[in-house]
Amino acid sequence: MTIILYTATVILLAVSLYKDKQKTVKAIKKAWKAFENIMPQFLGVLVLTGIVLSIMNAETISRILGVESGWLGTIGAAVVGSVTLIPGFVAFPTASILLQNGAGYMQIAAFVSTLMMVGVITFPVEIEYFGVKTAVIRNLLAFLFSFLVAVIIGWVHTV
Amino acid sequence: MNKLFIRYRFFLITLLMLVVLALVNTGLALKSFSITAYSLREVLLVIPPIFVLLGLLDIWVPRHTMVRFMGHGSGMKGVLLAVLIGSAAAGPLYGAFPVAAVFLKKGASFRNVFIFIGAWSTTKIPMLLFEYEALGPRFALTRLLVDIPGIIVISWLLGLSLNDSDRLDIVRKVEKLTK
Repeated sequence: MTIILYTATVILLAVSLYKDKQKTVKAIKKAWKAFENIMPQFLGVLVLTGIVLSIMNAETISRILGVESGWLGTIGAAVVGSVTLIPGFVAFPTASILLQNGAGYMQIAAFVSTLMMVGVITFPVEIEYFGVKTAVIRNLLAFLFSFLVAVIIGWVHTV
Repeated sequence: MNKLFIRYRFFLITLLMLVVLALVNTGLALKSFSITAYSLREVLLVIPPIFVLLGLLDIWVPRHTMVRFMGHGSGMKGVLLAVLIGSAAAGPLYGAFPVAAVFLKKGASFRNVFIFIGAWSTTKIPMLLFEYEALGPRFALTRLLVDIPGIIVISWLLGLSLNDSDRLDIVRKVEKLTK
Protein backbone atom coordinates (compact mmCIF):
# COMPACT_ATOMS: atom_id res chain seq x y z
CA MET A 1 0.00 0.00 0.00
CA THR A 2 2.83 2.34 0.89
CA ILE A 3 4.34 1.58 -2.50
CA ILE A 4 1.16 2.70 -4.27
CA LEU A 5 1.12 5.87 -2.20
CA TYR A 6 4.73 6.67 -3.07
CA THR A 7 4.27 5.83 -6.73
CA ALA A 8 1.23 8.09 -6.98
CA THR A 9 3.05 10.89 -5.19
CA VAL A 10 6.15 10.61 -7.37
CA ILE A 11 4.10 10.54 -10.58
CA LEU A 12 2.02 13.56 -9.58
CA LEU A 13 5.12 15.39 -8.45
CA ALA A 14 6.80 14.68 -11.80
CA VAL A 15 3.76 15.90 -13.72
CA SER A 16 3.65 19.01 -11.58
CA LEU A 17 7.35 19.65 -12.09
CA TYR A 18 6.98 19.24 -15.83
CA LYS A 19 4.08 21.66 -15.96
CA ASP A 20 5.37 24.35 -13.65
CA LYS A 21 8.56 24.25 -11.66
CA GLN A 22 7.78 27.24 -9.50
CA LYS A 23 4.36 25.98 -8.51
CA THR A 24 5.89 22.63 -7.59
CA VAL A 25 8.45 24.27 -5.33
CA LYS A 26 5.62 26.19 -3.74
CA ALA A 27 3.66 22.97 -3.21
CA ILE A 28 6.63 21.31 -1.51
CA LYS A 29 7.10 24.35 0.69
CA LYS A 30 3.43 24.19 1.65
CA ALA A 31 3.76 20.49 2.39
CA TRP A 32 6.70 21.13 4.66
CA LYS A 33 4.99 24.02 6.40
CA ALA A 34 1.83 22.00 6.99
CA PHE A 35 3.93 19.17 8.40
CA GLU A 36 5.96 21.46 10.61
CA ASN A 37 2.80 23.06 11.96
CA ILE A 38 1.43 19.80 13.27
CA MET A 39 4.70 18.04 14.13
CA PRO A 40 4.66 18.88 17.86
CA GLN A 41 1.21 17.27 18.15
CA PHE A 42 2.31 14.25 16.13
CA LEU A 43 5.32 13.73 18.40
CA GLY A 44 3.15 13.90 21.50
CA VAL A 45 0.67 11.44 20.00
CA LEU A 46 3.49 9.01 19.24
CA VAL A 47 4.85 9.07 22.80
CA LEU A 48 1.32 8.71 24.18
CA THR A 49 0.72 5.76 21.86
CA GLY A 50 3.87 4.13 23.21
CA ILE A 51 2.79 4.61 26.81
CA VAL A 52 -0.79 3.42 26.29
CA LEU A 53 0.20 0.39 24.23
CA SER A 54 2.89 -0.67 26.70
CA ILE A 55 0.25 -0.74 29.43
CA MET A 56 -2.60 -2.01 27.24
CA ASN A 57 -0.67 -4.82 25.60
CA ALA A 58 -2.23 -7.68 23.66
CA GLU A 59 -2.64 -9.65 26.86
CA THR A 60 -4.57 -6.92 28.65
CA ILE A 61 -6.74 -6.30 25.62
CA SER A 62 -7.50 -10.01 25.33
CA ARG A 63 -8.42 -10.17 28.98
CA ILE A 64 -10.88 -7.30 28.71
CA LEU A 65 -12.38 -8.48 25.42
CA GLY A 66 -12.35 -12.17 26.14
CA VAL A 67 -13.74 -12.47 29.61
CA GLU A 68 -16.64 -10.09 29.97
CA SER A 69 -19.50 -10.82 27.69
CA GLY A 70 -22.82 -9.02 27.21
CA TRP A 71 -23.21 -5.29 27.51
CA LEU A 72 -20.49 -4.80 30.08
CA GLY A 73 -18.03 -6.54 27.79
CA THR A 74 -19.19 -4.49 24.82
CA ILE A 75 -18.75 -1.23 26.70
CA GLY A 76 -15.31 -2.35 27.88
CA ALA A 77 -14.34 -3.30 24.34
CA ALA A 78 -15.54 0.05 23.01
CA VAL A 79 -13.50 1.92 25.62
CA VAL A 80 -10.39 -0.15 24.89
CA GLY A 81 -10.80 0.50 21.17
CA SER A 82 -11.20 4.23 21.79
CA VAL A 83 -8.03 4.68 23.81
CA THR A 84 -5.76 2.46 21.74
CA LEU A 85 -4.16 3.19 18.43
CA ILE A 86 -3.18 -0.03 16.68
CA PRO A 87 -2.65 -0.41 12.95
CA GLY A 88 -5.23 -2.63 11.25
CA PHE A 89 -2.74 -5.28 10.21
CA VAL A 90 -2.10 -5.93 13.90
CA ALA A 91 -5.64 -5.38 15.16
CA PHE A 92 -7.49 -7.71 12.77
CA PRO A 93 -5.39 -10.83 13.35
CA THR A 94 -5.57 -10.17 17.11
CA ALA A 95 -9.36 -9.85 16.86
CA SER A 96 -9.48 -13.06 14.87
CA ILE A 97 -7.55 -14.97 17.53
CA LEU A 98 -9.82 -13.55 20.23
CA LEU A 99 -12.86 -14.77 18.31
CA GLN A 100 -11.37 -18.24 18.03
CA ASN A 101 -10.79 -18.19 21.76
CA GLY A 102 -14.39 -17.51 22.52
CA ALA A 103 -14.81 -13.74 22.49
CA GLY A 104 -18.19 -12.57 21.23
CA TYR A 105 -18.78 -10.93 17.86
CA MET A 106 -20.53 -8.01 19.48
CA GLN A 107 -17.52 -7.21 21.66
CA ILE A 108 -15.02 -7.60 18.82
CA ALA A 109 -17.14 -5.40 16.55
CA ALA A 110 -17.32 -2.69 19.21
CA PHE A 111 -13.56 -2.88 19.62
CA VAL A 112 -12.80 -2.75 15.88
CA SER A 113 -15.26 0.05 15.24
CA THR A 114 -14.06 2.36 18.02
CA LEU A 115 -10.46 1.52 17.24
CA MET A 116 -10.94 3.00 13.81
CA MET A 117 -13.39 5.83 14.43
CA VAL A 118 -12.69 7.10 17.91
CA GLY A 119 -9.33 8.64 18.67
CA VAL A 120 -8.66 9.61 22.25
CA ILE A 121 -4.89 9.57 21.79
CA THR A 122 -5.07 11.55 18.56
CA PHE A 123 -7.41 14.11 20.10
CA PRO A 124 -4.63 16.74 20.38
CA VAL A 125 -4.12 16.57 16.60
CA GLU A 126 -7.83 16.72 15.89
CA ILE A 127 -8.51 19.80 18.05
CA GLU A 128 -5.63 21.60 16.39
CA TYR A 129 -7.62 21.56 13.15
CA PHE A 130 -11.25 21.32 14.21
CA GLY A 131 -11.39 22.72 17.71
CA VAL A 132 -12.52 21.05 20.91
CA LYS A 133 -16.27 21.17 20.29
CA THR A 134 -16.22 19.49 16.89
CA ALA A 135 -13.68 16.90 17.99
CA VAL A 136 -15.69 16.00 21.10
CA ILE A 137 -18.96 15.69 19.18
CA ARG A 138 -17.36 13.69 16.36
CA ASN A 139 -15.74 11.23 18.74
CA LEU A 140 -18.85 10.95 20.87
CA LEU A 141 -21.11 10.25 17.88
CA ALA A 142 -18.60 7.72 16.56
CA PHE A 143 -18.46 6.05 19.98
CA LEU A 144 -22.23 5.73 20.18
CA PHE A 145 -22.50 4.61 16.57
CA SER A 146 -20.04 1.81 17.29
CA PHE A 147 -22.63 0.19 19.58
CA LEU A 148 -25.08 0.06 16.70
CA VAL A 149 -22.35 -1.54 14.57
CA ALA A 150 -21.67 -4.01 17.38
CA VAL A 151 -25.33 -4.98 17.77
CA ILE A 152 -25.83 -5.47 14.03
CA ILE A 153 -22.64 -7.48 13.59
CA GLY A 154 -23.54 -9.55 16.64
CA TRP A 155 -26.97 -10.15 15.16
CA VAL A 156 -25.80 -11.20 11.68
CA HIS A 157 -23.55 -13.76 13.29
CA THR A 158 -26.43 -15.40 15.13
CA VAL A 159 -28.73 -15.83 12.13
CA MET B 1 11.42 30.50 23.59
CA ASN B 2 8.07 30.90 25.23
CA LYS B 3 6.30 30.32 21.95
CA LEU B 4 8.29 27.18 21.32
CA PHE B 5 7.36 25.94 24.78
CA ILE B 6 3.67 26.48 24.11
CA ARG B 7 3.87 24.71 20.77
CA TYR B 8 5.58 21.72 22.28
CA ARG B 9 3.80 21.63 25.62
CA PHE B 10 1.72 18.56 24.78
CA PHE B 11 4.84 16.71 23.62
CA LEU B 12 6.68 17.80 26.78
CA ILE B 13 3.80 16.57 28.94
CA THR B 14 3.94 13.15 27.27
CA LEU B 15 7.72 13.05 27.79
CA LEU B 16 7.17 13.90 31.45
CA MET B 17 4.68 11.03 31.66
CA LEU B 18 7.34 8.77 30.20
CA VAL B 19 9.85 9.91 32.84
CA VAL B 20 7.34 9.30 35.63
CA LEU B 21 6.62 5.87 34.18
CA ALA B 22 10.36 5.14 34.09
CA LEU B 23 10.59 5.95 37.81
CA VAL B 24 7.65 3.70 38.63
CA ASN B 25 8.31 0.86 36.21
CA THR B 26 11.46 0.92 34.10
CA GLY B 27 10.46 -2.07 32.01
CA LEU B 28 7.18 -0.48 30.92
CA ALA B 29 8.94 2.79 30.10
CA LEU B 30 11.48 0.99 27.92
CA LYS B 31 8.65 -0.78 26.18
CA SER B 32 6.82 2.52 25.64
CA PHE B 33 9.98 3.95 24.19
CA SER B 34 10.43 1.10 21.75
CA ILE B 35 6.78 1.26 20.66
CA THR B 36 7.14 5.01 20.16
CA ALA B 37 10.28 4.49 18.08
CA TYR B 38 8.48 1.87 16.03
CA SER B 39 5.46 4.10 15.36
CA LEU B 40 7.75 7.02 14.58
CA ARG B 41 9.35 4.95 11.85
CA GLU B 42 5.96 4.05 10.50
CA VAL B 43 4.81 7.67 10.55
CA LEU B 44 7.95 8.84 8.80
CA LEU B 45 7.20 6.33 6.08
CA VAL B 46 3.55 7.18 5.47
CA ILE B 47 3.26 10.84 6.37
CA PRO B 48 5.64 12.53 3.87
CA PRO B 49 3.76 11.51 0.72
CA ILE B 50 0.46 12.52 2.32
CA PHE B 51 1.78 16.01 2.98
CA VAL B 52 3.34 16.31 -0.49
CA LEU B 53 -0.02 15.30 -1.98
CA LEU B 54 -1.85 17.89 0.07
CA GLY B 55 0.70 20.50 -1.00
CA LEU B 56 0.05 19.63 -4.65
CA LEU B 57 -3.70 19.66 -4.03
CA ASP B 58 -3.44 23.07 -2.43
CA ILE B 59 -1.46 24.53 -5.33
CA TRP B 60 -3.07 22.88 -8.33
CA VAL B 61 -6.76 22.44 -7.57
CA PRO B 62 -8.52 25.78 -8.02
CA ARG B 63 -11.04 26.82 -5.43
CA HIS B 64 -13.96 26.86 -7.84
CA THR B 65 -13.24 23.26 -8.83
CA MET B 66 -13.33 22.15 -5.21
CA VAL B 67 -16.53 24.12 -4.63
CA ARG B 68 -18.15 22.59 -7.69
CA PHE B 69 -17.24 19.01 -6.81
CA MET B 70 -17.39 19.01 -3.01
CA GLY B 71 -18.87 22.31 -1.94
CA HIS B 72 -22.40 23.28 -0.97
CA GLY B 73 -24.83 22.07 -3.54
CA SER B 74 -22.47 19.42 -4.88
CA GLY B 75 -25.14 16.97 -3.72
CA MET B 76 -24.65 13.25 -4.20
CA LYS B 77 -21.55 13.89 -6.29
CA GLY B 78 -19.84 15.52 -3.33
CA VAL B 79 -20.86 12.78 -0.92
CA LEU B 80 -19.67 10.08 -3.29
CA LEU B 81 -16.35 11.80 -3.93
CA ALA B 82 -15.78 12.27 -0.20
CA VAL B 83 -16.42 8.56 0.44
CA LEU B 84 -14.22 7.47 -2.48
CA ILE B 85 -11.26 9.73 -1.72
CA GLY B 86 -11.41 8.83 1.96
CA SER B 87 -11.60 5.11 1.17
CA ALA B 88 -8.63 5.27 -1.18
CA ALA B 89 -6.51 6.85 1.55
CA ALA B 90 -3.55 5.36 3.29
CA GLY B 91 -2.23 6.00 6.73
CA PRO B 92 -3.58 6.55 10.21
CA LEU B 93 -6.59 8.71 11.03
CA TYR B 94 -4.51 11.66 12.17
CA GLY B 95 -3.18 11.86 8.60
CA ALA B 96 -6.72 12.68 7.50
CA PHE B 97 -7.01 15.94 9.42
CA PRO B 98 -4.38 17.94 7.50
CA VAL B 99 -5.84 16.77 4.20
CA ALA B 100 -9.35 17.60 5.39
CA ALA B 101 -8.06 21.05 6.31
CA VAL B 102 -6.97 21.71 2.72
CA PHE B 103 -10.34 20.48 1.41
CA LEU B 104 -12.11 22.84 3.77
CA LYS B 105 -9.88 25.76 2.89
CA LYS B 106 -10.54 25.17 -0.79
CA GLY B 107 -14.28 25.34 -0.34
CA ALA B 108 -15.51 21.80 0.30
CA SER B 109 -18.57 21.77 2.53
CA PHE B 110 -18.22 20.86 6.20
CA ARG B 111 -20.47 17.87 5.69
CA ASN B 112 -18.36 16.46 2.88
CA VAL B 113 -15.17 17.05 4.81
CA PHE B 114 -16.60 15.11 7.76
CA ILE B 115 -17.68 12.33 5.41
CA PHE B 116 -14.14 12.24 4.05
CA ILE B 117 -12.72 11.90 7.58
CA GLY B 118 -15.26 9.19 8.38
CA ALA B 119 -14.40 7.23 5.25
CA TRP B 120 -10.69 7.59 5.96
CA SER B 121 -11.25 6.23 9.45
CA THR B 122 -13.33 3.18 8.63
CA THR B 123 -13.76 2.25 4.99
CA LYS B 124 -10.17 2.37 3.77
CA ILE B 125 -9.92 -0.25 1.06
CA PRO B 126 -6.57 -1.80 2.03
CA MET B 127 -7.79 -2.18 5.61
CA LEU B 128 -11.04 -3.74 4.41
CA LEU B 129 -9.08 -6.41 2.59
CA PHE B 130 -7.24 -7.19 5.79
CA GLU B 131 -10.46 -7.31 7.74
CA TYR B 132 -12.11 -9.53 5.14
CA GLU B 133 -9.29 -12.03 5.43
CA ALA B 134 -8.95 -12.00 9.20
CA LEU B 135 -12.56 -11.72 10.35
CA GLY B 136 -14.48 -13.08 7.41
CA PRO B 137 -16.79 -11.64 4.74
CA ARG B 138 -19.82 -11.52 7.00
CA PHE B 139 -18.05 -9.33 9.53
CA ALA B 140 -16.27 -7.04 7.07
CA LEU B 141 -19.15 -6.54 4.66
CA THR B 142 -21.72 -5.95 7.39
CA ARG B 143 -19.46 -3.34 8.93
CA LEU B 144 -18.98 -1.66 5.57
CA LEU B 145 -22.71 -1.63 4.85
CA VAL B 146 -23.53 -0.16 8.26
CA ASP B 147 -20.59 2.26 8.25
CA ILE B 148 -21.27 4.08 4.98
CA PRO B 149 -24.74 5.35 5.95
CA GLY B 150 -23.44 5.77 9.50
CA ILE B 151 -20.65 8.07 8.38
CA ILE B 152 -23.08 10.15 6.35
CA VAL B 153 -25.52 10.47 9.25
CA ILE B 154 -22.72 11.34 11.70
CA SER B 155 -21.40 13.99 9.31
CA TRP B 156 -24.85 15.44 8.89
CA LEU B 157 -25.40 15.59 12.68
CA LEU B 158 -21.94 17.07 13.14
CA GLY B 159 -22.73 19.73 10.57
CA LEU B 160 -26.00 20.53 12.38
CA SER B 161 -24.24 20.85 15.72
CA LEU B 162 -21.98 23.65 14.48
CA ASN B 163 -23.15 27.24 14.55
CA ASP B 164 -21.69 30.01 12.43
CA SER B 165 -19.09 31.05 14.94
CA ASP B 166 -17.89 27.43 15.31
CA ARG B 167 -17.51 27.25 11.55
CA LEU B 168 -15.65 30.53 11.41
CA ASP B 169 -13.34 29.32 14.18
CA ILE B 170 -12.53 26.14 12.29
CA VAL B 171 -11.93 27.97 9.02
CA ARG B 172 -9.54 30.33 10.81
CA LYS B 173 -7.66 27.48 12.44
CA VAL B 174 -7.43 25.64 9.15
CA GLU B 175 -6.21 28.69 7.28
CA LYS B 176 -3.52 29.31 9.84
CA LEU B 177 -2.33 25.71 9.68
CA THR B 178 -2.22 25.46 5.90
CA LYS B 179 -0.93 28.92 5.09
